Amino acid sequence: MTLQHLTTAEFDAAAGKAPLAMVDFWAPWCGPCQMLGPVMENLAAQYEGKALVAKVNVDEEPELARRFGVMSIPTVVFLKEGREFDRKVGAFPPAAYQEVLDKSL
Amino acid sequence: MAYDVLVIGGGPAGLSAAQNVRARGKTALVVSNPLEENPLWKAKEVDNYLGLPRLSGAELLTAFQRHAESSGAEFLEGRALSALRSGESWYVSVGNTMVQGKAVVLAAGVVRGKKLPGEAELLGRGVSYCATCDGMLYRGKRVAVLGWTPSAEKEAAFLEGIGCQVLYLDKPRDCAIRGAEKVEAVTCGGVTEAVEAVFLLRPAMAPGDLFPGLETGGGFVAADREMRTNLPGVFAAGDCTGGPLQVSKAVGEGLTAGQKAAAFAAAVK
Repeated sequence: MTLQHLTTAEFDAAAGKAPLAMVDFWAPWCGPCQMLGPVMENLAAQYEGKALVAKVNVDEEPELARRFGVMSIPTVVFLKEGREFDRKVGAFPPAAYQEVLDKSL
Repeated sequence: MAYDVLVIGGGPAGLSAAQNVRARGKTALVVSNPLEENPLWKAKEVDNYLGLPRLSGAELLTAFQRHAESSGAEFLEGRALSALRSGESWYVSVGNTMVQGKAVVLAAGVVRGKKLPGEAELLGRGVSYCATCDGMLYRGKRVAVLGWTPSAEKEAAFLEGIGCQVLYLDKPRDCAIRGAEKVEAVTCGGVTEAVEAVFLLRPAMAPGDLFPGLETGGGFVAADREMRTNLPGVFAAGDCTGGPLQVSKAVGEGLTAGQKAAAFAAAVK
């Protein structure tokens, strides 16, 4: 599965059921979010079949951003069957995200 | 936007680096605040720049920038917010845009001032360095902007424009950010104001915040004689590497950093 763009309506069916998911809350006007874009694309390909890698546009889906208490973007939230177990605020190198995912595989 | 070398900072060191990158036939982008915001701009007279005595800081800066521009360096006005390395490239975010380079020259000057109480603890929980990034999350809410540069006023106006209630504090002193789980208030000079976010807009990010893992000592970036830092493809020049905080030293280090960064970029496939 490649990188998925999730709406509020799709979110629970997709990320809520996945054994492991990583969701990037972002917006197009945010420089650090754009920087993280290619990193997420690569990770989505790399973890295909192992983890769901998804993006949520906080501008289009403010409810989801509120629900997860996103106060700064980019914020990347890690979920197991819909339950948050870790998050990273800001843009980090790929290894930082891999480390969290690998520990949970 | 992809370049061979990204230069962070448009003072004597950064402009010298950019000019020397161009002299080696590589592309260069200088990310910088407006020239008038450089501390050197206010110097009435610089008397120890060899061969060109009694010029003002503004005259020197203007001449340096013209030289870099005429060499073909490109310019982007703004503040570098964060940087990360992925594959063989460095990605640097500047406000609401992102630029890419094979090598980076860090020449952002001395970043004065320590972190505020509460700043690190509440980062990402109401504390933000980027109005254009996080402003939308605080529409209709009361936010404080702590500005230490003229450009900060523009960012405060942006926040007002998108519907934030902005409390603007110009070069405030003795500030602390308060809150348990998230920002609840800011206190400056003994006055406490209830706010949901605090935007901290300094002239530049501290080098260690901009480049996580960057080796520093005593507030300065550690660099060897080739102006290499401990991070691959990241070179440093000028005041950010330590004293003497003088134009000649900055220009010299900029030359070395620019040449070495150009060589590093040339070796990247």
